[in-house]
Amino acid sequence: MTGPEIWLAASLAIPLAGALMIALSGDWPNFRDAISLLSASGLFAANVMLLLSTDHAGTLALVPFLPGAPLVLKIEPLGLMFGLLASGLWIVTTLYSIGYMRANNEANQTRFFACFALALASTMGVAHGGNLITLFVFYEALSLTTYPLVTHHGTPEARRAGRLYLGLLVGASIALFLFALLWTWAVAGTLDFRSGGILADKASAGVLSVLLLLFVFGVAKAAVMPLHRWLPAAMVAPAPVSALLHAVAVVKAGVFTLLKIAVYIFGLDLLATLDARDIVLAMTGFTILAASIVALREDNLKRRLAYSTVSQLSYIVMATIVASPFAVAGAGAHLVSHAFGKITLFFCAGAIYTATHKEKVSELNGLGQRMPWTMGAFALGSLAVIGLPPTAGFLSKWTMFQGAIAAGDYALPIVLGLGTLLGAGYLLPVIYRAFFLPPARSGLAAADEAPLPMRVALLVTAAGGIVLFLMPDLLTVLPLEAIRGRP
Amino acid sequence: MIAQLPALVVVVPLLAAPLCVVLRNGTLAWLLAVATSWAALAMAIVLTGQVLANGPISYAMGGWLPPWGIEYTIDAFNVLILLIVSGSAAAILPFARHSVADEIAPEQHARFYSAFLLILTGLLGMAATGDVFNLFVFIEISSIATYAAIALGRDRRALTAAFNYLVLGTVGATFYLIGVGLLYAVTGTLNTADLAARIAPLLETRTVVVGFAFISVGLLLKVALFPLHQWLPNAYTYAPSVITTFLAATATKVALYSLLRVAFAVFGAGYVLQRLPTEAVLLALAGVAILVASTTAIFQKDLKRLLAWSSLAQIATILLGVGIGNAQGLAGALLHMFNHALTKGALFMAAAAFALRLGGTSFERLQGAGRRMPWTSAALAMAGLSLVGVPLTAGFVSKWTIVLAALERDWWPVAGFVLVTSLLTLAYVIRVVEVLYFRPPTADTPAREAPFSMLWPLWLMVAGTVYFGIDSSLPMRLATQAAALLRGTAP
Repeated sequence: MTGPEIWLAASLAIPLAGALMIALSGDWPNFRDAISLLSASGLFAANVMLLLSTDHAGTLALVPFLPGAPLVLKIEPLGLMFGLLASGLWIVTTLYSIGYMRANNEANQTRFFACFALALASTMGVAHGGNLITLFVFYEALSLTTYPLVTHHGTPEARRAGRLYLGLLVGASIALFLFALLWTWAVAGTLDFRSGGILADKASAGVLSVLLLLFVFGVAKAAVMPLHRWLPAAMVAPAPVSALLHAVAVVKAGVFTLLKIAVYIFGLDLLATLDARDIVLAMTGFTILAASIVALREDNLKRRLAYSTVSQLSYIVMATIVASPFAVAGAGAHLVSHAFGKITLFFCAGAIYTATHKEKVSELNGLGQRMPWTMGAFALGSLAVIGLPPTAGFLSKWTMFQGAIAAGDYALPIVLGLGTLLGAGYLLPVIYRAFFLPPARSGLAAADEAPLPMRVALLVTAAGGIVLFLMPDLLTVLPLEAIRGRP
Repeated sequence: MIAQLPALVVVVPLLAAPLCVVLRNGTLAWLLAVATSWAALAMAIVLTGQVLANGPISYAMGGWLPPWGIEYTIDAFNVLILLIVSGSAAAILPFARHSVADEIAPEQHARFYSAFLLILTGLLGMAATGDVFNLFVFIEISSIATYAAIALGRDRRALTAAFNYLVLGTVGATFYLIGVGLLYAVTGTLNTADLAARIAPLLETRTVVVGFAFISVGLLLKVALFPLHQWLPNAYTYAPSVITTFLAATATKVALYSLLRVAFAVFGAGYVLQRLPTEAVLLALAGVAILVASTTAIFQKDLKRLLAWSSLAQIATILLGVGIGNAQGLAGALLHMFNHALTKGALFMAAAAFALRLGGTSFERLQGAGRRMPWTSAALAMAGLSLVGVPLTAGFVSKWTIVLAALERDWWPVAGFVLVTSLLTLAYVIRVVEVLYFRPPTADTPAREAPFSMLWPLWLMVAGTVYFGIDSSLPMRLATQAAALLRGTAP
């Protein structure tokens, strides 16, 4: 094995070994949590080493698996972007989780941290999977390893959420995604990720259109309506799990999978010619607006954020389907910028819950004076999600906008404009209540800031959104490399 | 010695069975049974090695040359079945002791192990013989021992279940015998290879067509394809847990093997698949069976019964693979036989462990067992994943192969059907997992993990489902070779 291959292996081995050690060290919480932090840092380091490798090339065969469809890991720019994002955010999420789980006296913390590490191992497999079958295998593993996290509390509501979560995600992936995958294999004879795609001239336009629809809806982690219900339901889980679902791994694995399929399975040139694009554009456009309107009316803060995620994900899918290089680069950029914005918002929601046990937007009046750091970070996170400067969210939306206009596609810009207004509509009132309305008489008096590890975590992610705004190339350099080759 | 293996693999358990009764002592009988099953597995492995290295083996029983004497032929398909049967027995017998001690009266133990070995003998014989009448003899040996073993179940309903099976099983075996008689009447031979040669010019005669019909219906009764499945759910539910495990892993598969062997080796792939409407009949029946059985499974409230219905659906999936009619579909079907034996074996073993510790397998008793019996529950959950066909488990590999076979023929609705119906499987697996992990335990259930002697065979099976899910090369190779042999396209 050469250098990059060792780091590829490490990106799977570190979280797996971490999970094992976490499971074994349940009796010593401090030691256990130290291992979590160490694994997260180690994983991030491994991904940085991959980024620094000279030509971003290297393949690591895992097992033969099926005839002609081995499991392999491969270094590739989009995967690097996702791997860096997930492993980097894992560090802050771990920090935050330690504060959150201890402050709320959550049960089964060892199972929680072990499953978290397993979920990250699966995410790395998705990120660095060298062909579609590898990606699929780890995509399924991600659903299964996050199931115990969603049902963490074991209440009837959590169980229902878990059933919906597993039923929809695994169900869609077997009935639609796997079907599309097998069909692709049957017509193309390969499942390798190749620049320019593997499907050109392999099947009729009708078959390709059906395939596109199967992929878009089969990857239910991307939460395009009507397969979005699992995401709001999963809000019963503890706040760090929401962060994992919405920013670090799960939904991002969904849109990432679609990006990979668009760039390396269909190829952008072929994708731009398909009729089924219109259906996907319509469904994603509808999802963006419908989910935003639901978010406007939702009083529960975490559910409001969940619907906001549903709509933001569809921007990414929509821009991917527009299939012009810049729109796709914007989609990749939005994947990153939304992760930073949304993780900040969920961290804040969890911090508010830890400090005050408030979950509803209508109860947050005057909270800005009690929790200035948290609500300040919330404001920055909101700007990022709405897409306003000085945050990365503005850049990514701008790139998608430009890419769509350049491709002569006007659906995305219109939806983007409307969605941004709606986004401001459901997020700004929270900030307004916190900073400009007087606190209610009862309840908030005793509130103070959340524990220090949580505050550090949410400030780091809020600052991350601004740093990316100041260094805009960071957002688009890897997606553009994926589309155009290494500069 | 090595040259005698095709006979020994059947004769050794046949001789050990009466010895068990003579020993009278339950523990000694158990030890003998374990030793016998391991010897059978060792012989099956040696035979596999020989077949993979040198090609098919022909063995003349008692030195009487075929077609006059009884011939045993061992090719890739035979060894696949021999491996499934002897491997299951070798894993289940060590596992059996505690479960048998709990479920069966002490004075019956020796006879129970004797019956077990007779079932094993019958199934191994069916898998090894190359003679259609000898096949009937072994069907009866295994069936009669099975009726007796089912009747030993502790629930009194086991008696009616056994009787029900006896009636239908006898009808099946008799139909088969009538079919063989008709073929004998026109050809004058019972040797498979000889029959194939002599029957070719007679394929269009009514006698042969009727003979084929009798043979298929008779054997499909033993296979338990919808709507000939009536005997199976009760038999599996009320039989002693160990017998259920063994039958679920092997019996229906060996019956299906016999059907495929007779149909393809005697009548020929072209006749069965193209001349007769086999594809349409199989696809329709299998499709209905999968839907009905899976849906019924979702509504069961007892683990063993749920698994029994699930078995019916999985058997139908195997037949669906056959019905797709190309080489890949047949290979997928054979692969699914192997993988489902592993998976269902593990699932019924877990059910047996629950029955031992919780006094039954109804969902009420199983509630909250996830914390009390963590190893058993985890094994059940993992085997459940293989049943659904989640990647990196054996179930995924065979489903993959079957779906690709359907796509190869451009039958994408069939491919979609297989995948969509796995959602029904997912539904009942999730139900069991929820009962185990997310419902509070009922107060009076004792809280103890199953004994180690049950856990290691169980986890061995689970490890098998994972291993063959990651590296499927051995069963894939056997299945592909066997499919080629059956279709007469082997090199």
